Amino acid sequence: MNNLIKVGMADANVCKPPDVITTLGLGSCVGIVLYDPSVKIAGLVHIMLPDSTKILNNSNKYKFADTGIDMLIEEMSRLGASKRKLVAKIAGGAQMFAFNNNLEMMRIGDRNVEATKEKLKKLGIPILAEDTGENYGRTIEFDPETGLMTVKSFGRDLKIL
Amino acid sequence: MSDLDLSKINNMQYDVLREIGNIGAGNATTALSQMINAKVSMNVPKVELLEFKEISNVVGGEERIVVGILFTLGGDIEGMMMFMMDKAASMHLVNILLGKIEYSESDEQSEFSEMGLSALNEIGNIISGAYLSSLSTLTNLTITSSIPYMAIDMAGAILSVPAIEFGKIGDKALLIETEFGDKDNYVNGYFILIPTPDSYKAILKSLGL
Repeated sequence: MNNLIKVGMADANVCKPPDVITTLGLGSCVGIVLYDPSVKIAGLVHIMLPDSTKILNNSNKYKFADTGIDMLIEEMSRLGASKRKLVAKIAGGAQMFAFNNNLEMMRIGDRNVEATKEKLKKLGIPILAEDTGENYGRTIEFDPETGLMTVKSFGRDLKIL
Repeated sequence: MSDLDLSKINNMQYDVLREIGNIGAGNATTALSQMINAKVSMNVPKVELLEFKEISNVVGGEERIVVGILFTLGGDIEGMMMFMMDKAASMHLVNILLGKIEYSESDEQSEFSEMGLSALNEIGNIISGAYLSSLSTLTNLTITSSIPYMAIDMAGAILSVPAIEFGKIGDKALLIETEFGDKDNYVNGYFILIPTPDSYKAILKSLGL
């Protein structure tokens, strides 16, 4: 029996076959899947903000792109994944409301995606696929057996990445 | 950086926030009732301080399709406020407002027309305006609001916008849930008020807390 492991906002989890891992309704947040294909271990973190150093109240490490990715790698290593074999697939970072002013607050989706890419680059983790930006929500599901990520959106075709 | 911590909010401040929710929602219901020319009643709102991963559960799951109408605030209080209701409920309201069955409320795929969207924006405007004016009267602060910005999408995605703002100041979000409607159809609406930390302090201070 395979389980669906759910990851909430500012949260993370890890997963091995036959289970699959999912996060529902990503908006401006970014869902980051890390995967070690050699042992089929996957991890997913649902981050809300780009940078933990800019925020005073940063006790929840999963809230941020920088610390969230670090923590996820730690957990995956504990399960037996190898850091240098990791690959990434990312989704989210939408701008949900079409603001006509370009306030910093409103560009949060873009900034989350930028910070995620920067962090992954620094760690030398290649991004194999992404579905980011635009103005709609996404539900993602990753199957560590196949290494495929499906992206569901309201009123749009299913994507398999 | 502010030292405000929403999780350390005391009972009295909590009561005040609920009262603001109560009065605001009361005003909003009256406005709605006038708009659709029918009696609309409401329940006492629930005010909840929730962890991010819990918010979507309250509104019926991350993937439930909802209408979110968002305003940015200016004047003495900065931040944003959002009014949210599920898609079927909003179609029900638009049907009443337009005086005809424009949409099938049970049909997931049915989409709003230009006219419907415009009516929906107006509903958002009236409800939020009533809410803000009560907040303004109560606190004696000047609050201005932007035009409404609307999105129809998964609840999780819509809620990520206010949740991220709350995320900058803590690990919880403040949600005010109001149930309103006529005797046959109850419509659940959710208000989310997200003042910046400084503005939040301004609200409590203006109330003598």
